[in-house]
Amino acid sequence: MTNNQDASTKRKPEIGPSQINLLEKLCNATAVSGDEYEVRKIILEEMKPIADEIKVDALGNILVTKFGGGEGRVRVMLAAHMDEIGFMVVKKHDDNLFEFARVGGIDERQLPGKAVLVGRDHLPGVIGAKPIHMTTAKDRKKKIDVSDMRIDMGPEIGDKVKTGDRATFATRFRVLGPSICAKALDDRLGVVTLMELLKYAPDNIDLLAAFTVQEEVGLRGARVAAYAFNPDMAIALDSTPAYDLPHWDEEDENVQYNTHLDAGPAIYVMDRATIADRRLVNWLRDTAEDLGIPYQFRQPGGGGTDAGVIHKTRSGIPSTSVSVPSRYLHTAAGIARLDDWVNTLSLLHAALCRVTPELLAGERRD
Amino acid sequence: MIELLDVIKELISVSGLSGYEKPIREIIQKTWEPLTDDLSLSKIGSLHGLKVGCGTEPRHRILISAHMDAIGMMVTDIQDGLMRVTEIGGIDSRILPGQPVIVHGREALPGVVIQPPAHLLPASASEGPVAMKYLLVDVGLHASEVAEKVRVGDTVSFAQEPLELTGEALSGHTLDNRVSVAATTMCLDLLQSRKHEWDVWAVTSAQEEETLGGAFTSPFDIRPDIAIVIDVCFAKGPGSSDWRSLPFGEGVGIGYGPNIHPMLYDAFEAKAKVLEIPYHRDLMPRMSGTDAMAVQIVAEGIPCVVLGIPLRYMHTPVETVSLKDIRRAGRLMAEYIADLTSETLDQIQWEE
Repeated sequence: MTNNQDASTKRKPEIGPSQINLLEKLCNATAVSGDEYEVRKIILEEMKPIADEIKVDALGNILVTKFGGGEGRVRVMLAAHMDEIGFMVVKKHDDNLFEFARVGGIDERQLPGKAVLVGRDHLPGVIGAKPIHMTTAKDRKKKIDVSDMRIDMGPEIGDKVKTGDRATFATRFRVLGPSICAKALDDRLGVVTLMELLKYAPDNIDLLAAFTVQEEVGLRGARVAAYAFNPDMAIALDSTPAYDLPHWDEEDENVQYNTHLDAGPAIYVMDRATIADRRLVNWLRDTAEDLGIPYQFRQPGGGGTDAGVIHKTRSGIPSTSVSVPSRYLHTAAGIARLDDWVNTLSLLHAALCRVTPELLAGERRD
Repeated sequence: MIELLDVIKELISVSGLSGYEKPIREIIQKTWEPLTDDLSLSKIGSLHGLKVGCGTEPRHRILISAHMDAIGMMVTDIQDGLMRVTEIGGIDSRILPGQPVIVHGREALPGVVIQPPAHLLPASASEGPVAMKYLLVDVGLHASEVAEKVRVGDTVSFAQEPLELTGEALSGHTLDNRVSVAATTMCLDLLQSRKHEWDVWAVTSAQEEETLGGAFTSPFDIRPDIAIVIDVCFAKGPGSSDWRSLPFGEGVGIGYGPNIHPMLYDAFEAKAKVLEIPYHRDLMPRMSGTDAMAVQIVAEGIPCVVLGIPLRYMHTPVETVSLKDIRRAGRLMAEYIADLTSETLDQIQWEE
């Protein structure tokens, strides 16, 4: 019996109550880019018992290695970023109100009237808005500038909050029928997926898992993680927007949906940062079709993942990305379907089980 | 003694939008049952609680009017399992994107208000604030399930969980005007151990935010001699610093202007001074924006006083209030009521 056969008959990862609980714990944790401490702590606790090698590097990435067995193992890097978009407190004003700056891409129109949690102690605060009674019709046609917004934590906040503290939306994770609704699904969905893949790593590969930092502010962690791992190939596991909403004008069709919910994992062919290696795209597509796993190609165009820096590291690393589609990323509450997540995990696990040196033997195909 | 924070949290744990007050009315009924001698329901849906006075009949009557209805939204259309909405009460659509809500369909469906991406909006809405008619509500269900459970005309309420901030500040949705219901509850609670000659009619009125329907009708049924209208008022905070706003957590507002009988203003100011309850004169040069606008002109006219609990971020789901001011308002009302005598009305006169 070869190692490959052994891998394919091994138990498969699943999404059950314990994975959903883990996602909940991770989504409710705070890990604004540059301060990924809380998520790193949870991952280290979970992964230490199963890792062959585990370390935290100079930037704060967690690098986990799970070795396979036998000859001809391909070194496969998978990356999922730990950080999320959020805020940094930048100034305390005399009236006990805090000015803040955004970290990562957040539309300021998403901020007025929201609850936030500030600092390591998750102290509650609110971003208010002027009462409508005091606004004019003209005021309401202008967006509220983020420099005019304040975090209000009550009159006796004192020194419990300091400039430099990070904050996130206060949204708590919940399941809504077939969906999950939470902050930071981008990229805690990728993080839990990667943790599950590590638990069920197939023997035909060396699985090099990078839980990366600072993706949302410039893909910084993934670059050094890829250098350190020096893999044969790489996949970024992320969450990508599903803009599958109706057009305001019912006569008009929405042709820029990026991805659809309920259509399965989104395989990347091209985004603003990466032209995916076609061998990997075809390998994922063929795996999905052979096994009847739903999948979709993400509409080529904007956006970017950790693959954007990984593929240009060292002398080049064949790369692509796979995402769980989610609506309303980079807002207080995203919505993703449990089934899409389940299918993403299934596709990735099945595809990893099928990796052989032949996958990368030929020239990069176009 | 009632525990104020628990009372408020329960009062904002349910919806009760204007015209749809039943869920909140049921909670107030339960809370007021032990505090009143009689509870009744008006034709328009206001709750009337009577606490009988100890004076000889015919007794004078004082009305406390605290509106219980909430602002929110209503479903206007359903497209691909997503809902479009319009407002009930005044909502600045700029606070809506990302807001947690509950759609009250055949069952309560938690969801979120969303702002579609620019390419799905008209060019005029791609940069600035997005008008309410272009926003959507997503409850995370497939379109077929939404079609079964939600209909046009269903209400949508805010669902932000309350947050306890420092310095006894509380943040949440619908604190306008459930904090006044809480202050009235506190007043009734204080009166349990106080003698009062007058009959006290505590009313949680319906539809203040849209039609003032409760405020026009309950005083007609009750015919009070004096009315206290209690509502929230503006507290100083970001974007709200001019004369219309009172300091946060530093005392109740006593309304001053044409909706308010000047002798009642004087009486409340004097009472606050004697009791050393911090207060501020809340200037209302034209109208008070409260139930008093209606109560004042019911039947032959009713002398009104307006008490205000300063609140930040009014009509957002993160309205913020100080528990201290709620206690002050409850106590001021109870003390005023306990001191009412058969001669009090002689003082509510014009100077001439």
